[in-house]
Amino acid sequence: MGSSISIQLKGVKKMLGGQLVLRGVDLDIPKGAITTIIGPSGEGKSVLLKHMIGLMRPDQGQVLVDGIDLSKTHDQELNEIRKKFAMLFQSAALFDSMSVFENVAFPLREKRLVPESDVQRYVPNMLERVGLGAMGHKFPVELSGGMKKRVGLARALVTRPEIILFDEPTTGLDPLMTYAIHDLILTMHKTFEFTGIMVSHEIPKIFLISDWVAMLKNGKILAMERSADFQRLSDPLVHEFISVPDSMAPSS
Amino acid sequence: MNLIQGLGARVIAQIEEMGAMLAFLLRSFGWLFRPPLRLYQITKQMYCVGFKSTFVVILTALFTGMVLALQGYYSLRKFGSEGLLGSAVALSMIRELGPVLAALMVTARAGSAMTAEIGIMRITEQIDALETMAINSLQYLITPKIVASLISVPLLVAIFDVVGIGGGYIVGVKLLGINGGSYWSSIESAVEWKDVYGGILKSISFGLIISWVCCYKGYFTKMSAEGLGKATTESVVLASVLILMWDYFLTSVLL
Repeated sequence: MGSSISIQLKGVKKMLGGQLVLRGVDLDIPKGAITTIIGPSGEGKSVLLKHMIGLMRPDQGQVLVDGIDLSKTHDQELNEIRKKFAMLFQSAALFDSMSVFENVAFPLREKRLVPESDVQRYVPNMLERVGLGAMGHKFPVELSGGMKKRVGLARALVTRPEIILFDEPTTGLDPLMTYAIHDLILTMHKTFEFTGIMVSHEIPKIFLISDWVAMLKNGKILAMERSADFQRLSDPLVHEFISVPDSMAPSS
Repeated sequence: MNLIQGLGARVIAQIEEMGAMLAFLLRSFGWLFRPPLRLYQITKQMYCVGFKSTFVVILTALFTGMVLALQGYYSLRKFGSEGLLGSAVALSMIRELGPVLAALMVTARAGSAMTAEIGIMRITEQIDALETMAINSLQYLITPKIVASLISVPLLVAIFDVVGIGGGYIVGVKLLGINGGSYWSSIESAVEWKDVYGGILKSISFGLIISWVCCYKGYFTKMSAEGLGKATTESVVLASVLILMWDYFLTSVLL
């Protein structure tokens, strides 16, 4: 399976605030697919995502990106590896002192990936793709939550990364906007063929856009299966999480 | 036993924080010598730290010089030495009040803004966003602020000295009737190069203290509004106290 794995986590343990959040996570992220990590709130899904891009380092275990162990890299090496990545944050994490255009142009300009004349072409084009063609001059504070997420997605995609991490991309959005963002991720995935790793609570919607689904429970990966197979798993913990029992549904 | 344990834990925590602060400073300086040199960021920070602090520094300097001349005049008159007012004002300004008061004003105005800006970027994951784009946040955010402070604070202190001496002139010569020639000549004969040199040295070190403390507190702020408020208060208090303590040690060495 070697080259078909993009990111590999081996026995990753992490303690935060005196509590063992990750208790030995083993996970293989397939290349070119969308893998969604689900699990109860506070289980450490975002922490897991941050390990994959080196924002956090494991107390024990290894995080391998294309075979390179992130925990053994220096600042400069880590930056080289990060050039393969982009990340869409839960809060979108737009730079509030910059306009929408400048936010999307930022990684291109900083890394000097293309000449300025190309930046002036690429950025409006990318904003058009995410449905924000006329918003380039606005500042993040003037945008709605859904718009911010779409700008974040444009900023993540503009450098054509190999791997994109999505940290709860639809949290706090209405159902229509959630559908729009999922549709956008799926369309962009078909166009750019990146490896996508998503943390989400949007069950059952995530089964429509994910190739693989993994569940984090008690600091370990409880199960990882292809999307269709995952829904048929007989594990009671998985079953309980992905299907809200009638008894738990709010009464009218 | 619990008391001793608690005390020991606090001492260890303080020492660990001092070590972390030093490592933060060294790493930030290290990024200055690696490309790219962020001239635009440095210029922008010089505008924020230096230019935007000019008005408050001029205002503080003017009234400090004026009150110093007023107090000095009545003290010197007892000994019939009003003619030395110029040198008294200039030496106080250049050696002590200029560097210290200008640094305290910069701490209050620009230092607190540094902590708040970096802290908000930390809380809203903007610093993490920089890192994920393979941009070192220390090099992009912190190093330019330190360099800008090292350049701006001495310039602000120079302005403070000049305006303060001018304020002393207005009160001493224009209001209290001291001879203008003796005001300037006493300054010329009393102020030596080592006084000016000492003032510059102090102002550079104060610039370092302000940017170091305020950036550190912002960069490692707790992830809450309360945490950010606490970090901003701590940065202003710690930077101000360190400025006054360091001033004493530097003065005792320079004298």
